[in-house]
Amino acid sequence: MCLTCGCAAPHDHLHAVSDQRPTQETIDVLGRLLDANDHEAAHNRDHFDARGVLAINLMSSPGAGKTRLLEATIDALAGRYRIAVIEGDLETENDAQRIRAKGVPAVQITTGTACHLDAHMVHSALHVVDLDHLDLLFIENVGNLVCPASFDLGHHLNVTLLSVTEGADKPAKYPVMFRAADLLLLTKTDLLGAIDDFDPQAAVGHFRALANPAPVLQLSARRGESLTPWIEWLDSQLARQRSGERLRPYMQSDGRTRHAAAA
Amino acid sequence: MHELALCQGLMAEIERVARQQQASAVQRVRVAVGALSGVEPQLLERAFHVARAGTVAGGAWLQLDVLPARVACDDCGVQAEVPANRLLCPACGTWRVRVVGGEELLLTQVELTRDAAAAQPT
Repeated sequence: MCLTCGCAAPHDHLHAVSDQRPTQETIDVLGRLLDANDHEAAHNRDHFDARGVLAINLMSSPGAGKTRLLEATIDALAGRYRIAVIEGDLETENDAQRIRAKGVPAVQITTGTACHLDAHMVHSALHVVDLDHLDLLFIENVGNLVCPASFDLGHHLNVTLLSVTEGADKPAKYPVMFRAADLLLLTKTDLLGAIDDFDPQAAVGHFRALANPAPVLQLSARRGESLTPWIEWLDSQLARQRSGERLRPYMQSDGRTRHAAAA
Repeated sequence: MHELALCQGLMAEIERVARQQQASAVQRVRVAVGALSGVEPQLLERAFHVARAGTVAGGAWLQLDVLPARVACDDCGVQAEVPANRLLCPACGTWRVRVVGGEELLLTQVELTRDAAAAQPT
């Protein structure tokens, strides 16, 4: 029976009026807005996992010391690991040149006006990275405390920097970014003596108020000895990656669950 | 301002649904945006007006459901709505809570028109 008019004709018979009109319907879906990015990110991560490479995404505001930390880290590791760096900036090759000057291969992504790296940009950069002969890949994201937190790049861990010149309440002002941190680094601590309004404990308090159990380390890239806990953290994360543990960053996409709590 | 990039993902998802449903036009799309999603609803709305142009959703309006941050406390069992930058248990004050809401960034509904020719027989 036709449900439109109740007649006994087959279902697809034409109604004089109603069948000529388009039908309107509401469809329930559960579509993820970042599906294409996340698909590419998973692809990137498969490449890293297949080769035992640990990929770390460095995020912070501009000027917090990401590149300086990488330079100091390369010095501190003293050739113990094979390292490569992907640099993200709106313009210039400056950061990549600083890394290359340390003898480490670096690929510069210039995003133009884009405020963040995404998984597709990183994928393109990977074409010129020799993953077969690599232990650690650092991805230095665009300096920005907002947008980079939303994009999985295919990396394993997020390291977020907060320099002591920025103000201890940055985690309260940018909760999405600091909630994504798998490790928080308070940087430029050599300046603490000259700054009277940055309380590291207050910064940790604002960070914990985001329900984030990640470890917090203090360091100064200018004082090599202060890097020891950071280097030990890198050692332990690389050991986890090599043991076959499936490391995943904590990103702000729906449906993700936090990976095992802090090291 | 990464909302335009997100909107391109939204348009791809809308077009996929429209194709699947053999729709000729999309009138309304409904998106859930959590307070912890990193997306500013007003910017998403503006970006949508740019991104929808020339697509099957060219005349569609965007209905946004803005969802609050919610935490569940394993210590005292409380579940509550909290500010996005203060994810503490409002009862016992601990930060060792689970975030159970506010991370959403989802296309939840599409209202569309099917051509008479493509419509399913009733």
